[in-house]
Amino acid sequence: MSAKKDDLHSELPSGLRRFNALRPGINLLYSIIFILLSVLCVVPVIFVIIISFTSQSSIARVGYSFVPAEWSAEAYRYIWHLRDFNGFPTVLRSMLNSLSITIVGTLLGLMLISSMGYVLSRPFFRLKKFYTVFVFIPMIFNGGLLATYVVNAQLLHLKNSYFAIILPLACSTFYIMIMATFFRISIPEGIVESGKIDGAGQLRIFLQLVLPISLPSLATIALFLSFGYWNDWYQASLYLESHRHELFPLQYVLINIEKNIQFLANSDMVASTQSGELPTETMRMAIVVITVVPIMFSYPFFQRYFVSGLTVGAIKG
Amino acid sequence: MKKHKWSKDDQQLILLSLPTVIWFVLFCYLPMFGLIIAFKHYQVAPGKGFLYSLFFNSQWNGFENFRFLFANNRDITIAMFRNTIGYNLLFILLDILVPVSLAVMMRNLRSRMLAKVAQTAMFLPHFLSWIVVGYFVFAFLSTDHGLINRFLTALGAAPVSWYQSEAAGYWPWFLIGLHLWKTIGYSMVIYLSSINGIDTEMYEAAMIDGAGKWQQTRHITLPMLKPVIVMMFILAAGKIFNSDFGLFYRTTRNSSSLTSVYMTLDVYVYNSIFNNSRPVFGYISAAGALQSVLGLVMMLLANGVVRKLDRDNALF
Repeated sequence: MSAKKDDLHSELPSGLRRFNALRPGINLLYSIIFILLSVLCVVPVIFVIIISFTSQSSIARVGYSFVPAEWSAEAYRYIWHLRDFNGFPTVLRSMLNSLSITIVGTLLGLMLISSMGYVLSRPFFRLKKFYTVFVFIPMIFNGGLLATYVVNAQLLHLKNSYFAIILPLACSTFYIMIMATFFRISIPEGIVESGKIDGAGQLRIFLQLVLPISLPSLATIALFLSFGYWNDWYQASLYLESHRHELFPLQYVLINIEKNIQFLANSDMVASTQSGELPTETMRMAIVVITVVPIMFSYPFFQRYFVSGLTVGAIKG
Repeated sequence: MKKHKWSKDDQQLILLSLPTVIWFVLFCYLPMFGLIIAFKHYQVAPGKGFLYSLFFNSQWNGFENFRFLFANNRDITIAMFRNTIGYNLLFILLDILVPVSLAVMMRNLRSRMLAKVAQTAMFLPHFLSWIVVGYFVFAFLSTDHGLINRFLTALGAAPVSWYQSEAAGYWPWFLIGLHLWKTIGYSMVIYLSSINGIDTEMYEAAMIDGAGKWQQTRHITLPMLKPVIVMMFILAAGKIFNSDFGLFYRTTRNSSSLTSVYMTLDVYVYNSIFNNSRPVFGYISAAGALQSVLGLVMMLLANGVVRKLDRDNALF
């Protein structure tokens, strides 16, 4: 999608463009609607950031507010001082857990999705029909939550393992279809043929010729995969047992501190800070902020990629 | 007939796709066979694996497990089916109407800058988890410190316990609003990119014929969007017995006084896995089997109807 296409009617002769422009009143109305909707989508995040920087006493007095009576970074200070038995900051460890799950999962997912996408996009592949059906069926039929749970937990023994989060989320029919469509449209058969003439096998063609020119699509898939992993709480809540704190990713920490934030600290620490005085409400919101900020500041930079990546998928998917 | 020999290409491609095929077998196809549990009286054989227990230690019991879904607690069962199907029907309708209208509006917006900024801002909720959204909601609805109750008291009204049954009447609206809030940006971009893909010459020709905005939308944009809309509709029809679990379970904080509002099949299954001291595998699996089979039937039905009306747009 070129920048030109985005620009409404830029290709039109100027007379028609004027004819086709929205009347100023309607344009104003539409603009106001979109401004309101945008504000509505962003304001809750800003509100939570403000709450996380509010002092506990201010909350006790006037509640959550956009203009707190007293600002304070105490929540973040306390979070930094929450330590596990090895003296390591608990929340930082959860962040690292989330980060490793995200990185490993995204790489694995990219590998599974792009290789299958490439194979499906080869016109002369003998099993093409079979593979298409094989990949499509799970999109319309699945075993349901319990059967999936039993297979993962009791047959594959994935309980209390990051593989329980990484593997089930690594691949999906939808992403494979997006990739396959992309390869079909934008990798000319000539490139593959020239590789073969040079004596390269399909694996080398895929890795050295096809992948390097597919970066925009790979970036789109990578973005969606990585946010999927960073945001996962469902798999974690199914497969991580609640006493294995050291395994918790951030999202699962957020679930567990809803009722009780004490579990994040070992007992010495709680005793030494007179546990009643922990600013628990602002600490909760601060952990929400820690979870959200990386997403909020990264996705706008990738937006160009994923909008065009989705477009390819939507048109031909 | 002589069989073709496998070419070298075929062999290498099979090798290349092998990891993904294994993934599909393990995480998609094995659970499908796990549905057998729904038709068995599952009993664990001590010391033996799951497969042994399932195949050699458990009796077939036909549709016995499915009766539990209807015999358990009448109110819960009714709420469960009403909510699952009701919310989904509403969401299917809204998910087409609202994003399509917004996409058409955005396409006609004069300021490209505003369109870009609004697109970015409205995409944000898609990238947030329901856990995080649950905290957002709490910041507004918390009984003690929430923004809304502060407004109410400032106005001299009595504060409301939003997570208690006194507020149950508001929650369907909250859930619908939250659903739209989270999904609108994504689906709007899908429709918008399809609109951007429409050949501008068509609009040009229409304008020369004197067609106004509304006529252009009605006679060009909407017909061109039809394939995407129909595809989204068929896929949504197949999920009519599933629900966006996080929306129902997390934003309500799983509050037991709001059960009748947010109980859906998924919530029920999830609760049963963790709340029963001895999980009744057969019963829960029956719920899953019902979702999968009925979902498939619904999708085939929707696809069949579309095929009857308009062959080209059917999914398969």
